[in-house]
Amino acid sequence: MSTATTSPGAITTFESLPPLARSAVPDHSTSFSQDLVLWRERMPGGLHWSGLLRRGNSLRITALGDGANVSALFYNFEDRAERYNMPDTLKSQSTAYIRKGLVCYSDMGRVLCSVADSNCDWHDTIGGITDAAIVEKRYGVKRYQEQRNAMFRNARDGFLTQLGKWGLGKRDVVPNVNFFSKVEVNDNGDMSFVANHSREGDFVDLRFEMNTVVVLSTSQHRLDPNPNYDPKAVELVCWRSGTAGKDDPCRLSMPENGRGFINTERYYL
Amino acid sequence: MNIRIVESDLDPADAVLDFTHPAGTPWMHEIKKGQIFRIIDLEGNQAVDTIFYNARDTQERYSLVHTMLAQTNLYLGVGTQIMSSEDRPMLTIIADTCGRHDTVGGGACSSESNTVRYALEKRFMHSCRDNYMLGIADHPAGLHKRDVVSNINFFMNVPMTPGGRLTFEDGISGPGKYIEMRAEMDILILISNCPQLNNPANGYNPTPLRYLVWDAPSAVAGAA
Repeated sequence: MSTATTSPGAITTFESLPPLARSAVPDHSTSFSQDLVLWRERMPGGLHWSGLLRRGNSLRITALGDGANVSALFYNFEDRAERYNMPDTLKSQSTAYIRKGLVCYSDMGRVLCSVADSNCDWHDTIGGITDAAIVEKRYGVKRYQEQRNAMFRNARDGFLTQLGKWGLGKRDVVPNVNFFSKVEVNDNGDMSFVANHSREGDFVDLRFEMNTVVVLSTSQHRLDPNPNYDPKAVELVCWRSGTAGKDDPCRLSMPENGRGFINTERYYL
Repeated sequence: MNIRIVESDLDPADAVLDFTHPAGTPWMHEIKKGQIFRIIDLEGNQAVDTIFYNARDTQERYSLVHTMLAQTNLYLGVGTQIMSSEDRPMLTIIADTCGRHDTVGGGACSSESNTVRYALEKRFMHSCRDNYMLGIADHPAGLHKRDVVSNINFFMNVPMTPGGRLTFEDGISGPGKYIEMRAEMDILILISNCPQLNNPANGYNPTPLRYLVWDAPSAVAGAA
């Protein structure tokens, strides 16, 4: 008898998948090691970056100063209409923020990347990004004409600059993740930025479970009350992690994520 | 939780549009700047998955992040300006007899997210995203999946706790409760009357909505 036959009323789990599908998943996840590093890049504060992170590679982002902020968007490289979806990410995991053991969902029920490790316990999902008007109002103006590459930048223009390189634009700027930042709410829903949340040396490992266009900005958080333009640099380290193993904490953290990984792995069978 | 109830004195008899929208279908409609749009939860606890576009340039659309940041508060209520992706006011909420409407928590249900949240076997249940795909397929604005951004869920209650959890709570809406808003620009409305049966968003019983549109008060006065 085939074990792959679905009987009426049966609920699909990893264990019920056909053997060939299960064997496509590694037994164990891989921890960070210097031997696995593929490339490194220092990203200055206030700047923008984009790149393709292949399925099975991880991006380690390390804060190079206290109070760093990294605004991020994620798109499926092969079908860029599929992208990080904030409400789906939050409601699937009953959370309002990102932390180790959780994942970033696309609008198609798949895991773009999983947060395999982080020593920062709260990454913001609701605080949005800076734009030119906010930066001018808060910090004033420093133009390229006078300041050259010390000019003031903002996250929205950074995102649009990078999105344009992938054939994307304004229509594709969706609610983003702000790594290393924390925005709390009270019972009335009032939002407040938590100062001194992250420290130099804090890191997050994003393990890409799909081929993903990653767009980053190191502008200050939109709700950061610091009156000075002082965005912090980060280090980007890409390393060969492989995808989530059968015993991975992100996969096993809740049944929802187990199903999200099945959807994702099915896409690449 | 702060609940502010403000009633409207507009008379349905004066409305220029009066439409009853059955559950599980999409609806698109354009309203003009100054017109007033009311959504009535006819039978109670019905989630109204709503996206607004600038009718003249649909690249400008509802932005949940801009809407929350403009008031540094998660929830919608009287006085809330519903903001666009260009950080401009699209509509202003002027009356509300419910008091709680979801921003971050709901998004639109989809067959894909249902596979994650409930079971892979739920893929074939009807969903708001499927309504949206069908709704935009017919529209001359040329909307695309990219334009189906995160939406408002009127009458839905998904609080974020101070500890950072999101919980789907029973709605606090009831039969006949309504929300009313004034358009600050020409607005294209896209609504899925939510067919979700897997959580309490619709009280496990999706029901019809009623929409009323009034002309701008000055225009009404001028015609009198």
